[in-house]
Amino acid sequence: MNHAIDATSNHARHLTGDRLRALVVTAPGINCDRELGEAFAAAGAEPEFVLLDVLRREPSRIDAFDLIGLPGGFSFGDDVAAGRVMAALMRREVYPAMRAAIERGTPIICPCNGFQIAVQAGLLPGPVSTVHGGAWPDTPARPSMALSQNQSARFHDGWTRVEIPANTRCLWTAGLECTGDDALLPSAHGEGRFVTSEAELVRLESNGQVAIRYAAEANFNGSMGAVAGICDPSGLVFGLMPHPERYLHWTQHPWWTRMDRSWRATHEPLGLRMFRAAVAHVHRTQSGASSRSRSSMPRR
Amino acid sequence: MTLPPALARRSPDVKGERAPAVHRIEVWTSLGQVDSRSCAVTRLARANGVIGDVRAVAIYLIEGDLSQDELATVADSLLADPVTQSARIRAAGTQRADQSDVVDVVAIEVHPLAGVTDPAAESVQEAIAVLVGATVTVRTGERLEFRGVLREAARQFVERFMANAVIQSIHDGAYWPESLPHGHDYQLSIREVPIRALGDAALERMSREAHLFLSLDEMRAIQAEYRRLGREPREIELETLAQTWSEHCVHKTLKSQIAYTEPTGAGQGPSLLAHAQGKPGHSVDGATLRIDNLLKSTVAAATNALIGRIDPPAGCEWTRETAPIDWCLSVFVDNAGVIAFDDEHAVCFKAETHNRPSAIEPYGGAATGIGGCIRDVMGTGLSAKPIAATDVFCVAPVDTPTHEVPRGCLHPKRILSQVVAGVRDYGNRMGIPTVNGGVWQDARHIGNPLVFCGVIGVMPRSCVAGEPKRGDLIVALGGRTGRDGIHGATFSSAEVEHGHSTEFSHAVQIGNAITEKRALDAILEARDQPDGPLFDGITDCGAGGFSSAVGEMGKDLGATVHLEQAPTKYSGLSPTEVWISEAQERMVLAVPEGKLARLQSICDAHGCELSVLGTFGSDDGCIRLLWHGTEVGSLDTHFLHEGIPEPTRVAVWDPAYNAQFAPARSKKEAGPGLLGTVRTLLAHPNIASKAWIIRQYDHEVQGGTMVKPLQGVNAGPGDAAVMRPVVGSRRGLAIGNGLATGLAADPYLMTLAAVDECVRNLVCVGADPSRIAILDNFCWASCDDPRNLGGLVRAAAACLDAALAYRTPFISGKDSLKNQFRGDDGTLIQIPPTLLISGFGIVNDIEHACTMDAKRGGSALIAVGLTQPGMDGSVRATLNDGGSLEESMPVCDPVVGAATARAVAGLIRDGLVLSAHDCSEGGVLVAAAEMAFAGGLGVRVELGRVPHAPGTSREACAFGESPSRYLLEVDPARAAELSERLAGLPHAVIGNFTQEEAMELDGAVVAMRELRAAWESGSEAGS
Repeated sequence: MNHAIDATSNHARHLTGDRLRALVVTAPGINCDRELGEAFAAAGAEPEFVLLDVLRREPSRIDAFDLIGLPGGFSFGDDVAAGRVMAALMRREVYPAMRAAIERGTPIICPCNGFQIAVQAGLLPGPVSTVHGGAWPDTPARPSMALSQNQSARFHDGWTRVEIPANTRCLWTAGLECTGDDALLPSAHGEGRFVTSEAELVRLESNGQVAIRYAAEANFNGSMGAVAGICDPSGLVFGLMPHPERYLHWTQHPWWTRMDRSWRATHEPLGLRMFRAAVAHVHRTQSGASSRSRSSMPRR
Repeated sequence: MTLPPALARRSPDVKGERAPAVHRIEVWTSLGQVDSRSCAVTRLARANGVIGDVRAVAIYLIEGDLSQDELATVADSLLADPVTQSARIRAAGTQRADQSDVVDVVAIEVHPLAGVTDPAAESVQEAIAVLVGATVTVRTGERLEFRGVLREAARQFVERFMANAVIQSIHDGAYWPESLPHGHDYQLSIREVPIRALGDAALERMSREAHLFLSLDEMRAIQAEYRRLGREPREIELETLAQTWSEHCVHKTLKSQIAYTEPTGAGQGPSLLAHAQGKPGHSVDGATLRIDNLLKSTVAAATNALIGRIDPPAGCEWTRETAPIDWCLSVFVDNAGVIAFDDEHAVCFKAETHNRPSAIEPYGGAATGIGGCIRDVMGTGLSAKPIAATDVFCVAPVDTPTHEVPRGCLHPKRILSQVVAGVRDYGNRMGIPTVNGGVWQDARHIGNPLVFCGVIGVMPRSCVAGEPKRGDLIVALGGRTGRDGIHGATFSSAEVEHGHSTEFSHAVQIGNAITEKRALDAILEARDQPDGPLFDGITDCGAGGFSSAVGEMGKDLGATVHLEQAPTKYSGLSPTEVWISEAQERMVLAVPEGKLARLQSICDAHGCELSVLGTFGSDDGCIRLLWHGTEVGSLDTHFLHEGIPEPTRVAVWDPAYNAQFAPARSKKEAGPGLLGTVRTLLAHPNIASKAWIIRQYDHEVQGGTMVKPLQGVNAGPGDAAVMRPVVGSRRGLAIGNGLATGLAADPYLMTLAAVDECVRNLVCVGADPSRIAILDNFCWASCDDPRNLGGLVRAAAACLDAALAYRTPFISGKDSLKNQFRGDDGTLIQIPPTLLISGFGIVNDIEHACTMDAKRGGSALIAVGLTQPGMDGSVRATLNDGGSLEESMPVCDPVVGAATARAVAGLIRDGLVLSAHDCSEGGVLVAAAEMAFAGGLGVRVELGRVPHAPGTSREACAFGESPSRYLLEVDPARAAELSERLAGLPHAVIGNFTQEEAMELDGAVVAMRELRAAWESGSEAGS
């Protein structure tokens, strides 16, 4: 981890009263942690990078954060299947603290490998309202969906057109304007084909838990329902195969050199706007609970 | 994460104790689920005439005491996905049950050989230790079930396409051994090798049979040294000398004294003798040009002159008064060359080849090639963070008929798809974007594919240099040492023969990227401590392993090494094997004793293994090797590094001999008409889309790839990439390359063209041509043949001339000089002389970067640079009616090339250029078509307007590949201003871009969609 170079390093951190704290979980093979940190920083939160090994020993460290990110990469090599080993390691010691964070109202973003981990670690799609009264179970639920090998059986890097369902309850994406050349996100994965049962897909769709989709003819990995990302029923936990954290600057867009300079000056890229939405959400909920200490009290 | 204590040392089998039982877990895709892997294998089988269905099943062999419950936990929560897969658990002891094939199903399994790195198994072992607290040994494999296929056909398919006997074994039916292979005990025996009494013939025989690959002169030098010492060398000492003196490590050909002769008047390129006057290290002795230390007098001399260390050689365009380049921070001394990026940061670049291993096992060869290059960057100065990678592959045509592939060689299509997979799996896992590269197909790469890997890193300027201090601990960090890769360095000094592939299979390795990623994360954290780095020096274990790394770091200080302290993958390694093993993912650090504890805790947190091997510094400057306290070897560092004899080598420039290296004619038809030829060329493998490769690489990880390899709305072929090395800074770094193998008939002209192309590529994306640094990678057939060496000398001479003219210092380089293949019938296939120029340059403001996709209908298309009559070396000339074309090579004038680059860069910097594209393979019309379809536009060209020299044919204007040419898209309103600024350089408006999505050439028209489809067809053909 390159502390001296990245503006978002722990060493450069100056905690101020109103900067939110964002946890970026790292582990061997996680490799999109720095850009996820950069995204939180660009949206106004202070990223801190903590190794999974540390969290497994001290899960309570999670309690201090206002936002959480499970980054992309190849955790533990993705050797058996993407995210499998990391999810297995998270289920026992880390899940309870993550669950508590969600119940406290902490937004969590899980791009790419993070998404693959989240669905296997019981963090997505979250509780079903008819089971246990809609509460998070004490132990991680058995996965009800998978991110399987792309239809091509091959890793693929490219930008694809995306759409945000009008009914989504995902606080990271709901209501974001998503049009024209800006309605693209980068993806880079070999195992991103969203698979679940037809019934579960219908349930997620009708419950507003589909947070983002590939646009027509952009469903390159063959996902069911063209699902690119989903959220839990609270809308806090957002998992998606694309990488919004790689789309914070116009110069990251694949044809930014074609875009009008003045238009670029007055608009923000879709990726950055997702992080801004989450940070704004936390500010909103915290100002509603301003009399309480931020990190130790429940907000809802 | 911390390595569970149980894994920190895997206990070797103790004799007499029963080995734990082996469980077998199979992971099947559930019925009704899409099974992409099986579909892909089925497609591959059908494409190769095996018509039937194939089902792929993942196999895990687990040796250890696990209960049924524990096995179920492992199967359900770790190995199988609950939604899409199901696991079959076969507990130990049930081996003999259920082994027969089901009717109609032929089962074949592929498993890694004992000792071959199995990264998935290592991850599973680690996860099992955490999940159920058990220490187990795991091996993985794959079961392929064929339906409707005869066993013989299935087996043949697996042998040819799914497995490599060098690293894998193929089993009919289930492989389920009683126990997994482990190491054995090792009893120390110190072997002396009697050498003092040997005659020349015996010395040569020993060199070959012991795989030392040293010349007779070198064997004699070693003999003399041991006669002087009054004893025989021990095996470990001889091995160390062989590694250190290998071509790979010491560049002995490029550093030798040269006696060069050339014929008078023949050949197209210039005479070196006529231009030797005033060049460093050059002297003319009658008809012979003598050059002291070829590398130092050419490639390095250019850099030394540019940075002001030596006077500018005669004939230079600039003088002593020109301000020397002050941004080269470390050249030729470290694992990578380093230049300044901004006031606080430096960037470094290293490019290497991994040709031999890739010929034998392309997947592992390419993966460990990129892995080694990454470690070079991690081992530069006090470590740099890798931010980008490059790859260039030269292979035989992928459509070579199978019966034309010589015995002992893999099919080029398999080689290409596997080297791509190797770079993909290693680079993607490391999180390093592969952003630039190329593929060149030539039949003479059939036995010698070339695999170039490059890595760029960024570091604080305070970390540019480091060196071990006396008393520092020798710390090994990262992967464990195994028997893998022994003799890799000496292997690169040998010619490939049919039969080599088995003899040298131990030189082939599989990498484990996550082991290296852990080491990288730990090292960067240790570097960036508030009170400074926790280490004084660092280098990687590459060729030669510890012997090179410790030998290099300890060359001024000496060292004491306790070889038994190195963690090994299995027991039974001898001290010699530990010392010279080239096992991957290992770094060596020089650590002050007081900082060891902090380093240890960082490594623990990242799950990176660390061991202390000894101490730097000894009284006599020797490197002393110990095994449990017993001295097993002692090496005089002076003799080790300076003792290699430097004979004078004879080099003969023979243009007629070298003419064989011109590209061969292909069977592809040109036309009909010029536009028909445009379509043919766009589909040519050396021009067609490489998207199938580029998209398998995560070329955007780290979020810093601001100009990507595919550009525009339709993803056209970019000239170079632009990275953002420093988060928050607008300064960019362009990364590109130049390769002009088409001109191999004269390596002098080829080299000028390659440097020119590299500069052009970088300029086209917005690099400042006064801030470009380059690297050389020479790949040649054997230079024991004076005629091949003659070509190499000409290439080196051109490196000097080109670097001085463009003011692009060489900062690092590498060579691979035995690229020839001898078939079992004795035929010799030599590769054409190949020089890859890799380059990077500063882009002062990323916002001013430029791409090649045409932006607007109506804008003007301007050609800059003169088209020459010569068509030799062009892709057009390789088509089967190329014989009617002007047979001469276009000549690069580097002074003109440099002036053109400066002018174009100025236009781009000042925002006058909407898009810019290098005019290279395929010529003007191909470049114009690429710009148009990348931007979703059409283009109209008037060929007669292309600036050309007298006597240039229409065909040459259309498809010639003269150097120093650019195509620019410009707002017509500013064309006059642009023309003024290009005064003195050939340029003209040759047409304009249109909204029509058609290419119009002097009245003839073809739909853009057709051209784009032709270009994209390369993607399907290649994959």
